[in-house]
Amino acid sequence: MPDTQIPVTVLTGYLGAGKTTLLNRILSENHGKKYAVVVNEFGEINIDNDLIVESDEEVYEMNNGCVCCTVRGDLIRVVEGLMKRPGGFDGILVETTGLADPAPVAQTFFMDDEVRAKARLDAVVTVADAKHLVARLADSPEAEDQIGFADVILLNKTDLVSLEELAEVERQIRAINAHAVVHRTERCALPLDTVLDRGAFDLERILSLDPEFLEGDDHEHHDHDHDDHDDDHHHHDHATHDPTVTSLSLRAGELDPKRFFPWIQQITQGFGPDILRLKGILAFKDDPERYVVQGVHMILEGDHQRRWRDDEKRESRLVFIGRKLETDLLTAGFQACAA
Amino acid sequence: MPNIRELEFGAFVVEAVFLGDTAVFALGDGTIRRVAGDAEDATPVHAGAILAATPTRDRKALVTGGDDGLVAVTDAAGRTEPIARRKGKWIDQLASGPDGAVAHASGRKVELRLGDGRERSFDLPRAVGGLDFAPRGLRLAVARYDGVTLWWAGTEAEPTALEWKGAHIAVSFSPDGKYLVTAMQDNALHGWRLSDGKDMRMSGYPAKPRSLSWSAKGRFLATSGANAAVLWPFHFKDGPQGKPPMQLGAREVTVTRVACHPGEEVVAIGYQDGMVMAVRFADAEEALLRRPGNGPVSSLAWDQAGRRLAFGTEHGAGGIIAIA
Repeated sequence: MPDTQIPVTVLTGYLGAGKTTLLNRILSENHGKKYAVVVNEFGEINIDNDLIVESDEEVYEMNNGCVCCTVRGDLIRVVEGLMKRPGGFDGILVETTGLADPAPVAQTFFMDDEVRAKARLDAVVTVADAKHLVARLADSPEAEDQIGFADVILLNKTDLVSLEELAEVERQIRAINAHAVVHRTERCALPLDTVLDRGAFDLERILSLDPEFLEGDDHEHHDHDHDDHDDDHHHHDHATHDPTVTSLSLRAGELDPKRFFPWIQQITQGFGPDILRLKGILAFKDDPERYVVQGVHMILEGDHQRRWRDDEKRESRLVFIGRKLETDLLTAGFQACAA
Repeated sequence: MPNIRELEFGAFVVEAVFLGDTAVFALGDGTIRRVAGDAEDATPVHAGAILAATPTRDRKALVTGGDDGLVAVTDAAGRTEPIARRKGKWIDQLASGPDGAVAHASGRKVELRLGDGRERSFDLPRAVGGLDFAPRGLRLAVARYDGVTLWWAGTEAEPTALEWKGAHIAVSFSPDGKYLVTAMQDNALHGWRLSDGKDMRMSGYPAKPRSLSWSAKGRFLATSGANAAVLWPFHFKDGPQGKPPMQLGAREVTVTRVACHPGEEVVAIGYQDGMVMAVRFADAEEALLRRPGNGPVSSLAWDQAGRRLAFGTEHGAGGIIAIA
């Protein structure tokens, strides 16, 4: 019996954006691979897949020590049930409903020890409808959360909008999430290795915080140009909806771990509910190895990753994606952790 | 010296029980294996995995629920009969009641098939975490989020509720019917004295105390979820509150399953590493029954005479241990 953890891909996005299309693509194209699929409604999947279960979306509130968060109780049962089957799986695909907060799904894979032993979160993939996303971002905090939470965003149905409209949608996406990899798609057609096996929550694989430099990311099907991702927070000079979820990217030199760890704990405990995701690659003074951190709301984990290479600049970077980010406070606090 | 007969099933052992003299193993490959004397037989029952299994009260058959949505009952001779089918649902909760009643649940719906074939069901606002029938009467306890719903399933009366915040993931009545205990997602047990609804909380577990087993005459409740079997005393007037639990079989490995002997004050303990041990309450004397191997113990059950112990592991090993 395998003792490796099964990767879990979370698919989120509004009804009609194309999640089902993507799911069906994964199941039909990946021949020979076995997936367990958790869907909202049974009838959606038209591929004959052994393992489909209709989700109950049972959100449990957990109070574990100093972490207060929600998990999906039904997913705990699903993982438990899957473990009883012989043969193992190549992955679990979890679809969340349009209005769902992706956080409880992600947190399940950190908070439950039994689940953690058997499964690991691979990535949050958000499918967005290029034609309707702007309207959704303006009227729904859930839409912002789904974009903010994502590691990969499929900007789908690009055939239904003009290039200008597309550029505007992408700009709005970037204003929320400066770090996800964005793909423009029609009918969710894209190589599956762009959505599966991303290792977005794998501390070993957090190589860069910039989507252009992520290992294995290919730009062949991208024809857009990125706005410059400067390292200060975005200035919104367009007369459009201001997002409540934004990205903040901080830089510093070498840090003193005795200052950094208490500070980041305090930040995640204090502002946790407003921080959707955080990721960091840090240089600690006198430490030959990079230290990588990542978090979801109040959950934080970190580890040494690999040695700094001689040609690499020993600098520390931290990114936050969240609501009401206290830019000045976070910037000053991070700087104060300098060695 | 115990005598072990090791068996290799190649699939997760969801439940190991004795039906009379036959040791029966419900597996993750959807089959039920039956071992009697030297004979070993396999009965295919489910198209997918068996997720839950429980013997009928008369111990003549095994009820199973699977991820194929089927609930079936199979006797010691291997005859299978379907009880219910729920398309698209995973049946992972089962309970056997009086006169052949079988309750099963998936998600937020509980269904009951009475011995005479009549069917009843009810819906809950939250998903079912566990089921257990009371020792007497057609009374079903349904564990769910924030408490337990109690249903007199033979009457039209509205179900009543015992409330306690949190996710309750297993439920068990004490053999005398006086107490109801649940296991919780946050690594604790909760309990109620049914006469007055008084709450009891038993916490401190490092892991989920999912395996619950009442000792002979219900004097103790043995539980898993720590690196020793934790046994709460229920024989005092006010139940376990304020009383320290007994801890038996402490090792540096988590206990995954406990099964109390049907007659003596002895508990069989299964561990994360596959070891099985028996420990006597009176003096904590330990007897090694099976060495570690083949994954965590996933099931343990005594036969009615208390002379043999059936066990299974997550990695598909199983067997029968005959206690001298």
